[in-house]
Amino acid sequence: MAEAVANKMQGPQGPKPKRIISGRNIVLYGFLIVAALYWLLPLYVMVVTSLKGLPEVRMGNIFSPPMEITFEPWVKAWDSACTGLYCEGLKVGFWNSIKILIPSTVISIIIASVNGYALSFWRFKGSEIFFTILLFGAFIPYQVMLYPLVIILRELGLFSSLGGVVLVHTIFGMPILTLLFRNYFAGVPDELFKAARVDGAGFWRIFFQIMLPMSLPIFVVAIILQVTGIWNDFLFGIIYAGTTNFPMTVQLNNIVNSTQGVKEYNVNMAATLLTGALPLIVYFVSGKLFVRGIAAGAVKG
Amino acid sequence: MSSVAISDLSLSFGSVEVLKSLNLEVDEGEFIVLLGPSGCGKSTLLNCIAGLLDVTAGQIFINGNNVTWDEPKDRGIGMVFQSYALYPQMSVEKNLSFGLKVAGLPKAEVQERVSKAAEILQIEPLLKRKPAALSGGQRQRVAIGRALVRDVNVFLFDEPLSNLDAKLRTDLRVELKRLHQRLGNTMIYVTHDQIEALTLADRIAIMKDGLIQQLDTPAGIYNNPTNRFVAGFIGSPGMNFISGTLEDDAGQWFFAAPDLRIPLNDYAFTGNPTAGQQVEIGIRPEHVVLNDVSEAGFVTLQVEADIVEPMGADTVLWTKLAGNNLTIRTDSESTVKSGDSLSASFNPARASIFAQDGSRV
Ligand SMILES: Nc1ncnc2c1ncn2[C@@H]1O[C@H](COP(=O)(O)OP(=O)(O)O)[C@@H](O)[C@H]1O
Ligand SMILES: [Mg+2]
Repeated sequence: MAEAVANKMQGPQGPKPKRIISGRNIVLYGFLIVAALYWLLPLYVMVVTSLKGLPEVRMGNIFSPPMEITFEPWVKAWDSACTGLYCEGLKVGFWNSIKILIPSTVISIIIASVNGYALSFWRFKGSEIFFTILLFGAFIPYQVMLYPLVIILRELGLFSSLGGVVLVHTIFGMPILTLLFRNYFAGVPDELFKAARVDGAGFWRIFFQIMLPMSLPIFVVAIILQVTGIWNDFLFGIIYAGTTNFPMTVQLNNIVNSTQGVKEYNVNMAATLLTGALPLIVYFVSGKLFVRGIAAGAVKG
Repeated sequence: MSSVAISDLSLSFGSVEVLKSLNLEVDEGEFIVLLGPSGCGKSTLLNCIAGLLDVTAGQIFINGNNVTWDEPKDRGIGMVFQSYALYPQMSVEKNLSFGLKVAGLPKAEVQERVSKAAEILQIEPLLKRKPAALSGGQRQRVAIGRALVRDVNVFLFDEPLSNLDAKLRTDLRVELKRLHQRLGNTMIYVTHDQIEALTLADRIAIMKDGLIQQLDTPAGIYNNPTNRFVAGFIGSPGMNFISGTLEDDAGQWFFAAPDLRIPLNDYAFTGNPTAGQQVEIGIRPEHVVLNDVSEAGFVTLQVEADIVEPMGADTVLWTKLAGNNLTIRTDSESTVKSGDSLSASFNPARASIFAQDGSRV
């Protein structure tokens, strides 16, 4: 006993010291830095190239920073680059993309959230089968549906129109979005729903006044998924939108792959950055919300 | 007129029959507790009464009206849930007033009912808070308030105290009893906690496998369990059961087991006993007293102490009686040690005897 007291001030006590430079940390941070460089390098090349004039680009030093910064390529990409027959730049495609994006996102999320809510709380006969079929839809390859959809849209008189491409985006977003919302609402305690029923609230009142306010995180996730997915879409845009409604991605392709004249790498880079700007901004602004929303199943009132 | 009447109620989930032709009548102002093990269908029954589940067969009457097909809001009930089920994005005040606003009550009346409920439950300082900023006990009080403002005759509680810690549970239990005395509403209260049941109930309905086994006052359930299941379910530590046979010795009944013979002079048989019948005798641990009791009717037996468990307020002895386990509840001053040989007395008139099919003899 006395010995133990004597030993008290010696030996380990308090928190165990941690070494900052350990073999483990060097490997870990080394890997992270290399990975970050690997992904950032192309972006860097694109940014510096887009800020160089054409003569400087021809010198071939793709990694060197611009000697003379010029925004000419950006202006040209936006305003006057040739996309096929017209030379009006990407701005036309940008507005087309916006016109496709907003209705597609809004409509698909409204429908999917109501679907998910109904499938979680208002089980009807065959609701499980309905859900299974919907999920199955998520696994059918797009290619199989392309041509049938062309025919359907033609019959509906929506082929080669804004409405047509919006409809296609809404349909293809439905399985994954419904799954997202259903799983979120499945995590909401059943008793909350029952309490609202006892209070006399019906289908829509429970949805709008109780479920909606507590499911903002999952709406953010859905918006991010839809905005990036629809903005990045090329296939549906080129097939269903019609030439006058080509989204930005299609016009970008037309600029970059045009076969006439000299290759204006700086303009191409600027155009690519412009096209990718929106998803990038969305990620930067909402990254935190996104992660929170994904983890939100665990959030209880 | 009964406040709630349930007649031949059945409910199945697919092929699983959860409630089987169940009958129950609850008087006006009565506090009924539905008690049973987990999964026996208590919540299901409560949800049927509330109208949250469609019944498969049978009828439900509340205040004399057949409400079998009515919406929950039209049944004149308020309900409190185990998980509180408060609307997380609304303040306490909004939680309380939500149902009233849905019903389209005038603002002044909403205001009045909310403040009255808040006063009764002493949650006035919390009205502006969100549920997340409340403790468990406060949340459950708000949940009770939400039933209170509805101004209904029948309250349904589904394990309202199960999520609270032991201390709070006791406090809120007393408050619930006080609330019932003050309001005089009919209350149907689901729990799996027998202490809650015994302390709160006017009558207890013991449920098992979707059937009510016994509906009686707490004393009736405790002293005269109608079958082996009820006897074993109520009481802690549980009733002692010893297997043996009934013997008829010249008009005088005995319970007999190897090395054991208990006279049943004063036992009130409810069924028809037959000599040689295989039975179990049930003896409550708290009905056994240590040392010799010369009072009429008492039987004294020799037991050997096995394990001694001091519980604070009393001490539980695990003893051996002629090779059978017998637990005895004695006072905390007891100096009995493991291995001691003791005299234990009890009155067979307070015992329960069950036939092999579990029914009381
Ligand atoms: N929605 C449901 N679908 C299928 N079975 C259910 C459902 N709800 C409850 N059950 C089953 O019914 C039985 C009774 O459940 P419940 O009434 O919740 O029991 P408890 O007495 O614990 O409240 C349980 O066996 C449970 O598995
Ligand atoms: Mg239950």
